[in-house]
Amino acid sequence: MKPVRIVQSPTVVLADDNIDTDRIIPARFLTTIDRLGLGRHCFADWRRDENGRDNPDFALNRPQAKDCSILVAGRNFGCGSSREHAPWALLDYGIQAVISSEIADIFRNNALKNGLLAIAVDSVAHQWLLDHPGADIRIDVERQAITAPGGRRWTFELDPFARHCLLNGVDQLGFLLNHRAAIQRYEARRAVFPQAGPDQQNREAADA
Amino acid sequence: MSAQTLFEKVWNRHVISEQTPATPAVLYIDLHLIHEVTSPQAFDVLRARGLGVRRPDRTLATLDHSTPTLAPGRDGRRPYASQAAREQVSVLEKNCKKHGITLHGWDSPQRGIVHVIGPELGATQPGMTIVCGDSHTSTHGAFGALAFGIGTTEVGHVLATQCLLQRRPKTLAIRIDGDLQPGVTAKDVILHVIAAIGVDGGTGHVIEYCGSTIDAMGMEERMTLCNMSIEAGARAGMIAPDETTFAWLRDRPLAPRGADWDRAVADWRTLRTDPGAVFDREVRFNAADIQPVITYGTHPGMAMPVTSIAPPPQNALEQRAADYMNCAPGQSMLGTPVDVVFVGSCTNSRLPDLRQAARILRGRKIAPGVRMLVVPGSESVRREAEKEGLHRVFQSAGAEWRLPGCSMCIAMNGDMAAPGELVLSTSNRNFEGRQGKGARTVLCSPITAAASAVTGVITDPRSALENPQHQKEIPA
Repeated sequence: MKPVRIVQSPTVVLADDNIDTDRIIPARFLTTIDRLGLGRHCFADWRRDENGRDNPDFALNRPQAKDCSILVAGRNFGCGSSREHAPWALLDYGIQAVISSEIADIFRNNALKNGLLAIAVDSVAHQWLLDHPGADIRIDVERQAITAPGGRRWTFELDPFARHCLLNGVDQLGFLLNHRAAIQRYEARRAVFPQAGPDQQNREAADA
Repeated sequence: MSAQTLFEKVWNRHVISEQTPATPAVLYIDLHLIHEVTSPQAFDVLRARGLGVRRPDRTLATLDHSTPTLAPGRDGRRPYASQAAREQVSVLEKNCKKHGITLHGWDSPQRGIVHVIGPELGATQPGMTIVCGDSHTSTHGAFGALAFGIGTTEVGHVLATQCLLQRRPKTLAIRIDGDLQPGVTAKDVILHVIAAIGVDGGTGHVIEYCGSTIDAMGMEERMTLCNMSIEAGARAGMIAPDETTFAWLRDRPLAPRGADWDRAVADWRTLRTDPGAVFDREVRFNAADIQPVITYGTHPGMAMPVTSIAPPPQNALEQRAADYMNCAPGQSMLGTPVDVVFVGSCTNSRLPDLRQAARILRGRKIAPGVRMLVVPGSESVRREAEKEGLHRVFQSAGAEWRLPGCSMCIAMNGDMAAPGELVLSTSNRNFEGRQGKGARTVLCSPITAAASAVTGVITDPRSALENPQHQKEIPA
């Protein structure tokens, strides 16, 4: 993952609450074995009309949204399914940060692991951002701060580990792999547990 | 040791490295369920980094999401919705073969929806940590497991290390007491709960469902309840294992046997929230207050008793939902014409669900112009249902009896509704476009779905249950 330190851009606003992952990318586009190229399906049924033409009223289709890489959304963004195709689609579309007053748990986890900033701000900041589409804002990951025109500045919470990984481009799988010895010790200790995974029959066969 | 909740007991058993302010906990995963849609990119990561699957013996695969529910054609080829779907399945077959993972594929008599077969096989057990690249993994919490959905990057983490990096969530107790009224099912209970606490009411929390109503439920009902925890924003829902749980699991293919079984049950009995243990939040409900529920909007929290009138839209979002659903404001939804009825999904595709629907349909016909799909959750459910003759009940009524899979719940295998069609669905999500672009979804129980299929309009299921004519068998 590439380090993410600063994201600066005018915002595009989708003010609806509860924008779910089916709206971010409809399920019929999930029959892929790749993670690239999903941007063309991002918000597919919202962005295009029944004839496949761009819907001019959709915020991301407006000319002024062309170079926006920060999406401001209503509460509970990313609710619904666990599909990582949602952050993949947003990133491929060109969105680098999503700001809301609340981000659904699985979506936030998925987003941060891919370098898509998923940021929850307080209701005052959220309302200002919803009311000012196109505002040129700057997100500073290290300072956990958003600056907006007129000297506005808001801070946001970010899990310290996620922050560390974003700033340094740390790959979390590498971090986990470093725990190999501890995992092995744990498995040895747990071998006496009366639980069995799908291996039960195989183990019995091996024991026989 | 201080009093602990069920969640804390299961969590603590699986922590390899405690969380600190700077780092999350390393949590061991006992069972990793995988399917064709959210795993291929994870296997790609392993390949790119030269890593293997750490515990293929703790990994279980199935085909369910993009698989056709129609039988193969004369040429023996399965009618996939697209070449991409066919390839997705073939990639999982290859990945499982390469890494020695058990796959319940097309040839397996156990294939089915991942959240149906895990419990059926006895792979799902109390006290386990269970994950899957699917948000309805919360289903397995019905057995007292800590089970939650993960993204594909995390699927890769678990394949490679059998562990996840996790921050400890908060706890929410949902206590429900009393007897359910006739015609009210577990599906109505969970829709009632989500309507009350909201679609983000459980965000950041693991729910424990408790109370006398839960104690009286069978395992399938408990699975329906835990399944939809994610629709309240909670990643997991749990129910303490009890005699009902143990009786259900006993003698399942992967359940412990003999002395191992006795040891396991003795351990599982300790997996209860201690008296005096504290939850971060607690919400209480009376079972007597719960009616048969339907949804009226475009998320599962927009739900109400079937006899109620949808509240007038209060804001732009609710207006958008009302416009999308195209239901007359200020009027009851009872009597609204139905185009499609879907009985299936990881929420409501188990044998008792099918029996409930069949009980209403026995000796009756679905209304002209209504298309009804009944999709069993697994090959085992299909076999059992056919043994009881349920498939004939459905077919005689005019419904289609399909092969197991996710089908119209996620509508990515070709089973879908047309734009504008109204679907009465026993699945879990009524999001815009979920069952096909422009399709309108009303979530409900299998009883409400079946009763409405017969009348062709949204129907209070109690009318079908109360009317003695509906219970009489009419010779076919």
